[in-house]
Amino acid sequence: MKFNTLLYSIQQGFKNIVRNSMFSVASMATMAACIFMFGVFYILVFNVNAMVKSAEESVAVTVFFDEGIADSRIQDIGEDIQKRTEVRAINFVSAEEAWEYFKDIYFEGNEEYATGFSENPLANSANYEIYLNDISQQSSLVRYLENIDGVREVKQSQSVAETLTEFNKILSIVSGGIILILLCVAIFLINNTVTVGIAVRKEEIAIMKLIGATDFLVRAPFIVEGVVIGLIGASIPLTLLFVLYDKIVEYFAVQFTFVGELLQFVSPAVLFQGLIPIALTLGVGIGFLGSIWTIRKHLKV
Amino acid sequence: MIKLEHISKSYSAGIPALNDVNLEIEDGEFVFIVGDSGSGKSTLIKLLLKELEPSEGNITIDGKVLGRIKRRQIPKFRRNIGVVFQDFRLLKDRNVYENIAFAQKVIGESNKSIRKKVPNMLSLVGLAAKYRSYPRELSGGEQQRVAIARALINEPTILLADEPTGNLDNNNAWEIMKLLEEINSRGTTVIVVTHNMEIVDVMKKRVITIKKGLVVSDNKGDEAHEV
Repeated sequence: MKFNTLLYSIQQGFKNIVRNSMFSVASMATMAACIFMFGVFYILVFNVNAMVKSAEESVAVTVFFDEGIADSRIQDIGEDIQKRTEVRAINFVSAEEAWEYFKDIYFEGNEEYATGFSENPLANSANYEIYLNDISQQSSLVRYLENIDGVREVKQSQSVAETLTEFNKILSIVSGGIILILLCVAIFLINNTVTVGIAVRKEEIAIMKLIGATDFLVRAPFIVEGVVIGLIGASIPLTLLFVLYDKIVEYFAVQFTFVGELLQFVSPAVLFQGLIPIALTLGVGIGFLGSIWTIRKHLKV
Repeated sequence: MIKLEHISKSYSAGIPALNDVNLEIEDGEFVFIVGDSGSGKSTLIKLLLKELEPSEGNITIDGKVLGRIKRRQIPKFRRNIGVVFQDFRLLKDRNVYENIAFAQKVIGESNKSIRKKVPNMLSLVGLAAKYRSYPRELSGGEQQRVAIARALINEPTILLADEPTGNLDNNNAWEIMKLLEEINSRGTTVIVVTHNMEIVDVMKKRVITIKKGLVVSDNKGDEAHEV
């Protein structure tokens, strides 16, 4: 294939878009809406996934000991727990450390209130924080811990991670369904645009064929048209999403500091590193497939 | 050389559009094909362009048997044949220069070559001064000249003209025939399908008459051959 032929096809593809400007804009808008929705769900799923992971990592089983237990026994218990395969890390929190942590959180700015306590009110709250490799192993570990001699209480915090995982599953299914419908609409509209383009250029195509244009040259401008529509249709929502996401993350960081621990948003740079290639491939792919499908249906060369 | 051997073409059950046609047209000949509407003239043109396949027989053009040309080879084959139609078939959204250059772009010629060839072709057809005009701004005769220039720009060895004077007044019709004659004098084989018997009679070229799909006469210049 000659370079001039390729250049000609690309030029004609762009001209097709301008000639059918109304249909082209409609296709681009639908594509943009489709990719925007995809982007929104991608961002949601990605962030919820990150939150689940973060929650899983922070989920700890806390083990409290019987009153008056010897320090050596606590150490033995710690060594036994450490040997378990499901345990990722174990951290001993003494009663003093627990009280310091409590004071930092609840008496911040009013430290004088804490001085009212002559003794450590959390004297019996020395504990082991146990972090797991996999949250699904929590139940079996808890059963083991409850049966250890010297253990008074075992606390677990599985529900947050479990709820997030469930929510993510539902979100993935719903978003998958909506995206699928939107993709079909986008392909249908590209099909319409290219069909109109073929009808408008019917005479030109007939002349091209008589002059000796190859099948490639007749078809290529329509493929270029579809791909460009897809590319523009993907670029617009990506830009919009980037700006919006950046603003939302900033807004939440400032306005909702109290939920800061739970709502840890993924940074825009990390998120869009994955979203940009996926969305562009999706846009170009839909444009390409939509035009190929139409050409095969309507353009007998 | 164009050679048709026992060519028949039927579209459906009934009278064939062409029936056992045998013809030979030498390189550089000027040939008129005449006949009433529905006689099979257009079918013949379509067969020569490989737009249609004959039901029976073989067509050979410049040593190539058309039946053996593969689908992907058709574009290259067609580049050797220029075509002109009664309704000109110009691209209305492009000016004279762009209409002619279009044929070159379609076969992948470089812009440098296009810039060199198109003005020469415009001079040949006498439209150098109107290269920026759009088809709607031209007379019928001028539009047909553009169509001829477009057909010739890729330097085909054969020019097929299907009723080239059908939409023109007498003066313009003669201008176009003179142009075709000049093109023929440069070595291009010219085949003209026409109804205009006045032109055919005056020009004294070879005349092939088709009636109901049959070649009924082949008048080579002064000598008539009844078939």
